[in-house]
Amino acid sequence: MPDGSVAKPVLVDMRGIEKSFPGVRALNSVSFDLFPGEVHALMGENGAGKSTLMKILTGVYQPDAGEIRVDGTAVAIRDPHAAQALGISIIHQELFLMNHLTAAQNIFIGREPRRGLGIFVDEDQMRRDAAAIFRRMKVDIQPSAEVGQMTVARQQLVEIAKALSYNARVLIMDEPTSALNETEVEHLFAVIADLKANGVGIVYITHKMDEVKRIADRVTVMRDGQYIDTLPAATTPMSTIIQLMVGRELADQHRATGQGTKDEMLRVTGLNRGSAIRNVSFSLRKGEILGFAGLMGAGRTEVARAVFGADPIDSGTFHVRGQERRIASPADAVTQGIAYLSEDRKHFGLVTGMSVRDNITMASWFRYLKGRVFMKDGDLDRTAAEYVEKLRVKTPSVRQETRLLSGGNQQKVVIGKWLLRDCDILIFDEPTRGIDIGAKAEIYRLLEELAAQGKAIIVISSELPEVLRLSHRIAVMCEGRITGELDGRSATQEEIMTLATQRRSAAA
Amino acid sequence: MSDTTIGKSVAANSGLLSAATLQKAVAFAVLVALLAFFSLFATNFATGANMVGIMQATAVNGVLGVAVTFVIISGGIDLSVGTMMTLTAVMAGLVLTNLGLPLPVGILAAIASGAFMGAISGAVIAKLKIPPFIATLGMMQIARGLALVFSGAKPIYFNDTPNYGLLSPESSISLLIPGLEIPNGVMIMFGIAIIASIVLNRTIIGRMIFALGSNEEAARLSGINVDNWKILTYAICGGICGIAGLIVSSRLNSAQPALGLGYELDAIAAVVIGGTSLAGGRGTVMGTIIGAFIMSVLTNGLRVMGVLEEWKIVVTGVIIIVAVFIDIVLRKRT
Repeated sequence: MPDGSVAKPVLVDMRGIEKSFPGVRALNSVSFDLFPGEVHALMGENGAGKSTLMKILTGVYQPDAGEIRVDGTAVAIRDPHAAQALGISIIHQELFLMNHLTAAQNIFIGREPRRGLGIFVDEDQMRRDAAAIFRRMKVDIQPSAEVGQMTVARQQLVEIAKALSYNARVLIMDEPTSALNETEVEHLFAVIADLKANGVGIVYITHKMDEVKRIADRVTVMRDGQYIDTLPAATTPMSTIIQLMVGRELADQHRATGQGTKDEMLRVTGLNRGSAIRNVSFSLRKGEILGFAGLMGAGRTEVARAVFGADPIDSGTFHVRGQERRIASPADAVTQGIAYLSEDRKHFGLVTGMSVRDNITMASWFRYLKGRVFMKDGDLDRTAAEYVEKLRVKTPSVRQETRLLSGGNQQKVVIGKWLLRDCDILIFDEPTRGIDIGAKAEIYRLLEELAAQGKAIIVISSELPEVLRLSHRIAVMCEGRITGELDGRSATQEEIMTLATQRRSAAA
Repeated sequence: MSDTTIGKSVAANSGLLSAATLQKAVAFAVLVALLAFFSLFATNFATGANMVGIMQATAVNGVLGVAVTFVIISGGIDLSVGTMMTLTAVMAGLVLTNLGLPLPVGILAAIASGAFMGAISGAVIAKLKIPPFIATLGMMQIARGLALVFSGAKPIYFNDTPNYGLLSPESSISLLIPGLEIPNGVMIMFGIAIIASIVLNRTIIGRMIFALGSNEEAARLSGINVDNWKILTYAICGGICGIAGLIVSSRLNSAQPALGLGYELDAIAAVVIGGTSLAGGRGTVMGTIIGAFIMSVLTNGLRVMGVLEEWKIVVTGVIIIVAVFIDIVLRKRT
């Protein structure tokens, strides 16, 4: 259909798919089709039903009603194994790799080439096969490298290689670029182009509009479990797609206005840690949002963790509000009013099994004790409710377990924790990762409000539009060094990328 | 806003609460069913004397179970609770019999030595980053060895401390309510369980222990001094082991230095049967007490029915697996 050719048969055709979970109608008569050699983007806010639809296609869930045809034949996809047999593979956003095995062992797990009467694993053959796949992807991963030693970006490439090794005819990619740097994204797009040329149909789930524009043939938009529309990617304006997704108009991309005050809140001088951080110095002012841009692995997260005392440093000094301070542990940093909000909220930000209330108050429990023996849960409830309201956290109650909240609301809970603890130097690491577009705008507004209230904010982000949208000043890092500083109001994506790729020429 | 939110919170949470309650209810129902079964089919089971025997047998395992519940909720494990109990009993013996000091000093010595050794386990785990399984495996042997060294490998009798029986076999409550022959050791167990429950649910110590067990790294990055709380958790566990040491030595009227090995596994079994997750972050003290009762009712009932000692051990093993399976099934449904 993308080019109107009648002869092209439909590869996958899902019609009238319904799925309900106790209390929720996840999918309401959703239809979706995919042609060979097509990239079909699937878009929608979190909770729109994209994942549920794809779980039905990969046999994880069974539909309540509806029909799935593959190559024109009605099929029942009873389990993920059946999906694989039909040539349907998925690359999840979260990685499912065995950290202690090598890249090659991970790729061929469960179907290792054998030799010697099928008793022994043919490791050499396996490595060669894996190397061939990596060559095709144009990535320089050693098949014998242990997966646990790799960066998240490279682990994801292994996951992609694994899916490719199945010779999948239908490849579902769930936000595959969220952990990749620009170069790696280019590699991935090249691989996708190659797959397209070979007739593979690709379902591409993403929140990134520019990616859709670049690689997708068609876009299907879902909202609240409903099929909304399918449109040609090239000719449909971004604003139309966003509008369909959120069901409301979003204000145009705008830039940071104003700037911080003169009061210096934090000065970092001569920070060093192995090869991860090389002589990093910067200052942060009250009311300012300082953006940290750079590629994955440039050392931004490492700097943030060092400033927060989470990792030991080799050298460097910290001045907080003009006074030199020792920051050797997160407890030290918090005492100085410094907070770090990790991109990995589930592991480092939240105690997901505990309630919204306990998460918001946990850094401040001692203050609520006030010399008493027992915790006053009533006080904690009221305080948490106050922050839930102030930050517009959507939760049925303050006693809801945080794992049940959406990404955006989880982020707000973490923000609430630090505001309650009176932290006024806030370091955000990828503040909108895993957060849908509507909630993103709300997080942006929140950060701007906080800056306007006089908080000093650092935002680490791999999304250039995000850095440009928020930052008063932008520090760009590459290979552990700060390669330049730009004025957020006038900086361009090109300037940032130039600094971000300014690799050392002489330094060892 | 706050009032409605809090009002709603209880309702919204009832689904979750019922899961935990359901689990405890299942454990309790199993206990009742076992009692009913043995009462019907084992003559001499439902007698006053036998019930007292069951309670006596539960007291030590129950207290040790409560001790290790703290550690397990914090995401750790303590294999040393059995031999630690023995070491603390020996310490009480040294203070009371060898030094001839008054009873309260002996009680203090048992609890303090347990807390001290527990704090050492905690420090080894927190500061030296030794996994809890290994650290407490080491402590299990250290405590066992020290108990033998300090006692000269001979039992220490409490004949010079006439009141020592007050800590377990005697029943003070029967003086108040004649006929209610609940031994003091059992009353102490219930007391410890209630205090432990309050500490876990209402104090900052409990809040920290649950936070550690749910996500230690997030707690650390919240500026919480994780190491100190861990050390405190193991110290509390050790201190409660000291109370178990007092109960067991009171019942035997002696500190038996060779005793203790294997008690840790019974204690952990009681915790698991009671629905506390070995993964940490979730569990209740009352569940552990029910778990300890299930184990001793089962052991006692089978003995009264004349089942071979060896088979009782087999049945206990099956019960542990079934209990965890029930836990998994209940968890899936929510």
